[in-house]
Amino acid sequence: MNKKTLQRIRRVLAAIFFLGITLMFLDFTGTLHKFLAWMAKAQFLPAVLALNFIVIAILLIITLLFGRIYCSVICPLGVFQDGVAHVHNWFKKGRYTYSKAHNILRYIMLGIFVVLMIAGVNSLAVLLAPYSAYGRMVQSLLGPIYQWCNNGLAALSEHFHSYTFYTKEVWMRSLPTLIVAAVTFVVLVVLAWRNGRTYCNNICPVGTFLSFFSRFSWFKMHINEEKCIQCGMCTKNCKASCIDGKNGFVDYSRCVTCGNCMAVCPKEAIEYKHVKGNPAPVGANNHSPLPADKKTEETVDTSKRAFLIGSAVALGTAALAQEKKKVDGGLAFIEDKVMLVRKTPIVPAGAGSLQRFRNHCTGCQLCVSQCPNDVLRPSTTLLHLMQPEMSFERGYCRPECTACGDVCPTGAIQKLLKEEKAVTKKGQAFWFAQNCIVVSDGVSCGNCARHCPAEAIEMVPLRGDTTGRKLIPAINESKCIGCGACEYVCPARPLSAIYVEGVEQQRTI
Amino acid sequence: MKDITRRDFLKILGAGTAVTAATMAGCKNDGDLNPTGTLQPQKGQMTYRTNHNTGDKVSLLGFGMMRLPVIEEQAPKGASGREAKAAPIDQEMVNKMVDKAIEYGVNYFDTSPVYCQGRSEKATGIALSRHKRSEYYLATKMSNFAPGTWPRKESIAMFNNSLKELQTDYIDYMLLHSVGGGEDSMKMLQQRYYDNGILDFLLEKREKGVIRNLGFSYHGDVKVFDYLLSRHDEYKWDFVQIEMNYLDWHFAHEIEEANTKAEYLYNELAKRNIPAVIMEPLLGGRLANVPDHIVREMKEREPERSVASWAFRFCGTFPDVLTSLSGMTYMDHLDDNLATHCPLKPLTDEELAFLEDIAKKIYDLKNIPCTACQYCMPCPYGLDIPGIFTHYNKCIKEGNFAKSQEESDYKKMRKAFLVGYDRSVPKLRQADHCIHCGACIHHCPQRIRIPEMMDMVNEYVEKLKQGTL
Repeated sequence: MNKKTLQRIRRVLAAIFFLGITLMFLDFTGTLHKFLAWMAKAQFLPAVLALNFIVIAILLIITLLFGRIYCSVICPLGVFQDGVAHVHNWFKKGRYTYSKAHNILRYIMLGIFVVLMIAGVNSLAVLLAPYSAYGRMVQSLLGPIYQWCNNGLAALSEHFHSYTFYTKEVWMRSLPTLIVAAVTFVVLVVLAWRNGRTYCNNICPVGTFLSFFSRFSWFKMHINEEKCIQCGMCTKNCKASCIDGKNGFVDYSRCVTCGNCMAVCPKEAIEYKHVKGNPAPVGANNHSPLPADKKTEETVDTSKRAFLIGSAVALGTAALAQEKKKVDGGLAFIEDKVMLVRKTPIVPAGAGSLQRFRNHCTGCQLCVSQCPNDVLRPSTTLLHLMQPEMSFERGYCRPECTACGDVCPTGAIQKLLKEEKAVTKKGQAFWFAQNCIVVSDGVSCGNCARHCPAEAIEMVPLRGDTTGRKLIPAINESKCIGCGACEYVCPARPLSAIYVEGVEQQRTI
Repeated sequence: MKDITRRDFLKILGAGTAVTAATMAGCKNDGDLNPTGTLQPQKGQMTYRTNHNTGDKVSLLGFGMMRLPVIEEQAPKGASGREAKAAPIDQEMVNKMVDKAIEYGVNYFDTSPVYCQGRSEKATGIALSRHKRSEYYLATKMSNFAPGTWPRKESIAMFNNSLKELQTDYIDYMLLHSVGGGEDSMKMLQQRYYDNGILDFLLEKREKGVIRNLGFSYHGDVKVFDYLLSRHDEYKWDFVQIEMNYLDWHFAHEIEEANTKAEYLYNELAKRNIPAVIMEPLLGGRLANVPDHIVREMKEREPERSVASWAFRFCGTFPDVLTSLSGMTYMDHLDDNLATHCPLKPLTDEELAFLEDIAKKIYDLKNIPCTACQYCMPCPYGLDIPGIFTHYNKCIKEGNFAKSQEESDYKKMRKAFLVGYDRSVPKLRQADHCIHCGACIHHCPQRIRIPEMMDMVNEYVEKLKQGTL
């Protein structure tokens, strides 16, 4: 085997996974996920949360056979760091040194992660999780750039009367998530630029977990002492800092089988093969503690544009600027709707109970990036930070759409058929008299009833109205599915006169 | 023909050089040679009609000042579709178009205090004041639609403002604007022109010569039309403005029950010897924008004439038509219309029969009969009513209107309809936001039942989105 073969294979596979996952996050047309959703489902942590035993078994078997190749091929965050480190290599080659494993640090991190997950504080736990950290970065940072480029093409395509590209509105779904993504990005770039896989060796819970298995992997990097001239090239080029070339020692718990050492060894002294015995030092002391690179937790204040329903009373209906009627008069101004803070958040259909959803979601933002109706956005509440929830200022949860359930890799949003989704109750609509234009302006409306896909709204006479023309919505709770169509099409602004609250337990009606 | 035009010259040249064409092939597209391949207008050849009341020689093509060009670059940022129309009027272009129109013999200019969001009269005044007042006839209207303008004082102020904006001290053609509208059309007429004595005011102005011709423009309820004509002996209408075109001739009533066939309107006027001024000869451009198979049929007969020319020739064929108004936005609209009218070639009986057949075909397309006149706007709830209808009609015309999922091009058509919908109308201005308040209904000169049509459009969109067509 050529000494560069392993490195080449690894690079090709890594590129395929990395591009596939990145594109899946970026593509908002719902086309690619049909072909690529398996790449998200092959991620370790999502598979654990989805109790996807087949994937878990395959990943463990791969690790037991080949070492932590998962980290350098399948994990997009790992590949991302390799990319950053590789760029640094253009300027400065052979800058790594061997360091002992910081076992205490990484076991503590893994422990914290497991405890937080079990305690249900996913929002903190997932700050450490590799796949969802990558997802957030792509969705929040790269997504807008991609969409702007797309919109440029859409403008071109409109110019040429083609319908190939269409405009996608670029809007910030959640400031805290954007900040978390930006901080993650900066921290990881700095760490990877300086020392390669610092995050993977010390913080990543998946990496630490896999390290228990990779020590015993069948194929390993083996330094042939007869050929080795102790030049130290392997050590200098090991981004995992796990090769002690002077002593012919490799820490298999950190080796991600990237093959870089093989490629640079002048004597072809490094072989990737089966070795008997287990030379991995367990419980080595960490003599040079690395700076603790725990990501900063952002304080979260509720978005300025969010209003509590209680305060809505004071606002009342915005009187739609009823300009003096003139013909040929252009367009009326439309005031933006504000996002309600709902007592119970509305989570995507297929979440089951709110608790179940909380425990399974890693906040990777894949569903948010795929939602074609601009309904999903990451939560801004501290406990559930970055987990998706719905709001209906820009659209509503359309009956025929099952995009979020189709892509969710963790099973937090279970895959539903169109027919199942149409009868899944995820929320409950309420009428808010003060805002209803029938009450405040005396206009007849009924738009909520006209657009309710579940036919749960009927217009009934307003009590005490003698004209018989003032009809208000009567919501049949047993039929309402909480899709938000009524809230979206309600003419009252900035707050709708009919709004949806989530339900703790979703159910079929 | 005394002076040989470039076109004729080219024809002769063309015949002469046909033999050598093969060797000259490289020069065929030379910019100096006939660049358009379409009919060119001939200066001094405009067709005129005589107004027997005043002896005015009126050009058969009248310039409608309702769809003036705007400076699109100065549209509000991010404005799409109709929002761009709020941009300032391109006065320089208006001047240029008016100059050219006058150069080729157009002498009738029709405006109103409410056109172009109230900016048309001023723009018209600026453009025309650069010409001799005797070179053109001015038409404007008493556009007191809003209840606030019903009081006598307000209406008179509107009239005086028209004189000021148009920079003149007399109006050649004055109209009661769009009678026949309103929930109760007779009551509306009463309120706008009788209760406040404005009709008497206008009659008086005619006596004094400040108004040279008095008439009315009519849309909608035929009761009002019949009533005003029944008092012709008293008022002596000098002209009446009606909507007429080859589609409305027979089908106006079929398309929208409340409307009246143009055939009836025209004949009622002809019977009384009242000159007819024609509006909507092109139905807001819809008759210039027809499906490909209709274009083909027209071009097979008249390859050098535009699709729009058929509609103008239809109107011009009727002897009691004084002028056909065209709301020209672009110079090429003017060029094309000048070519049609300089001189106008009337339709033969056979061609009239052909157009009747075309009308039937257009009627069968089941378009929404919106002319994008904007009278319904602004919708208080922010909808872009004409934008929605225009998109709907455009898809029908372009064959992007699927009738069932079984059709082979269903996916392509679905995408074109939905993507195009979002492009031409922002989401919050689309049909699903219509609350059926009905504010628009009585403003629509075409009497479209707008809220019902909104439901129809939205239902269609829902079927496409849900895949249940």
